[in-house]
Amino acid sequence: MSTVPVNKNAALRPSGRLEGIGWLVNDSLTIAWRYLAAMLRLPESIVFSVIQPMLLVLMFRYVFGGAIKGVHGSYVNYLMPGVFVQTVAFGAVVSAVGVAEDIQKGIIERFRALPMARSAVLAGRTLSDLTRNACSIALMAGLGFAVGFRIGTNVPAFLAGLGILLFFSWALSWGFSFIGLVVRNSETAQVATFPILLPFTFASSAFVPVRTMPGWLQAFAKYQPVSQVVNACRALMDGGPTSFHVLIALAWCFGLVAVLAPLAVRRYRRPA
Amino acid sequence: MPDPPAIEAHDLTKTFAKGNVLALDGLSFETPPGTVLGVLGPNGAGKTTAVRILCTVLIPDSGRAAILGLDVVRDAVAVRRIIGLAGQNAAVDENLSGRQNLQMVGRLSHMARGQAKKRAEELLEQFGLTNAASRSLKTYSGGMRRRLDLAAALVAQPPILFFDEPTTGLDPQTRKDMWTWTERLVAEGTTVLLTTQYLEEADRLADQVIVVDHGKVIAQGTPSSLKADLGSTVLLVTLENAETAQRAAALLGPLGSRVPIVEDAQVEWSVENGPKAGSEALRALDAAGITVLGLVLREPSLDEVFLKLTGHRAESGPPAAGTQTSPEAVGRRVRSAR
Repeated sequence: MSTVPVNKNAALRPSGRLEGIGWLVNDSLTIAWRYLAAMLRLPESIVFSVIQPMLLVLMFRYVFGGAIKGVHGSYVNYLMPGVFVQTVAFGAVVSAVGVAEDIQKGIIERFRALPMARSAVLAGRTLSDLTRNACSIALMAGLGFAVGFRIGTNVPAFLAGLGILLFFSWALSWGFSFIGLVVRNSETAQVATFPILLPFTFASSAFVPVRTMPGWLQAFAKYQPVSQVVNACRALMDGGPTSFHVLIALAWCFGLVAVLAPLAVRRYRRPA
Repeated sequence: MPDPPAIEAHDLTKTFAKGNVLALDGLSFETPPGTVLGVLGPNGAGKTTAVRILCTVLIPDSGRAAILGLDVVRDAVAVRRIIGLAGQNAAVDENLSGRQNLQMVGRLSHMARGQAKKRAEELLEQFGLTNAASRSLKTYSGGMRRRLDLAAALVAQPPILFFDEPTTGLDPQTRKDMWTWTERLVAEGTTVLLTTQYLEEADRLADQVIVVDHGKVIAQGTPSSLKADLGSTVLLVTLENAETAQRAAALLGPLGSRVPIVEDAQVEWSVENGPKAGSEALRALDAAGITVLGLVLREPSLDEVFLKLTGHRAESGPPAAGTQTSPEAVGRRVRSAR
């Protein structure tokens, strides 16, 4: 009589509720570790990913800054919150490209055949994006202070602004991961995300006041999420009435996560 | 109650919406624990689709499959705890080091941190990767990568392993090493399902072989029983040129049980009694004034089984346009040089 070979080493397989919160946390942290470890193996990728926004700061500060009208107070103080938001928005491209590359290269296939929590791949991905964004924002802030940016409010308000910024970046990570899951190809992910990002970042209050734009564009530029988050950050960092802007920005962030995270997880779970 | 088969598939079908391709068309088979099942078929036969369904990565349109009695759809999570997957589809992370890859798989298989580390070192040692362990996979050769891929499948010591074309594109030495490792695992009681386009590989490793073409099993048995179906011996005669080969084939048509295969200046028959057929052939060709340059008697290969069953060569992918699949047509077809 043959016996079915069961787990040869049961001790290697701790039991427990597999989809439980504990495993979800364990698996998400492992995946986040995976991305961060990969990033540390390629430190130049971090450097290059912040060079572009840094150049942008210098360009707007010294090239366009003099020509931009309609801003009260110092332009660099007006500019920096916009640059912060723009940095995390463009940083989200990395999420889309990373997820698409994982599908393309087949690592997702291995994850799907492992007993890990289903949503951990995306949770880990967005968690590592959050860490990366925090690093780039720290670098950007350093540069900002070097070129004359000063906090117009107080440190807690400034930090609260950074908090909203990172919340927004996390929401975008989910959305861009979803794009990566849909396009399944890293080059496509790269080109698919720019047409989305450009109008949202430039037709916004990030670099110039919305009231300087033509009327038809103002309608979009005024209400879209990038402007709202920029307005909230600006209020918290540079001054002005805060509560209204902060509430709107938080509502956008919560709303985006509530829609985009389930969308991405559903797409990931959907068997091919 | 009898033990469940290690791997079983019943009437699996799967159509891919993209291109409306019917990848599996009622695939059924069973394999007992502790054996190697060779799944043989050309590119696009449905082998990988079958493996993906059995590994819970893909859901079948209809039909049912189970691993040690656990349904791959309903009990997918439990199935994932007893399987390992290696091969063309399941990749390793090339941005990490070999050690980091194995530790990650260990952690995602829910081993404790210390256990995952220990197991990673064991496997690195076993697969001769200790020296390269902390290097990025970008610096690994194809063979090293494949070894790491196999190691990743073994991290949690699963009793059931799926190797999807594990040696495609490998150098001969690494291929032999893969075979040795597979044999060792099976000796320890592991069940292996191995898909391959290489008949030699199935011949060497598999206890049972199923031949898959167009998403169905078209033949099954042990490698030797499949070869026995062909006739006991292959008689291969080499002549001066293609034209004399055609004449020889026409002259000696009734010699074997099937129509001879002509390839350039060679003619091949499957025959029941090799020595008798050989001397008959020599006499008849001599009488007709045809010079014989060489005569070989040998066991048929699975390659020939495949050709007979599917009407096309295992390596050649889908049949060329206009190819007919009747045995006669196959016999008449002039084979391209391998």
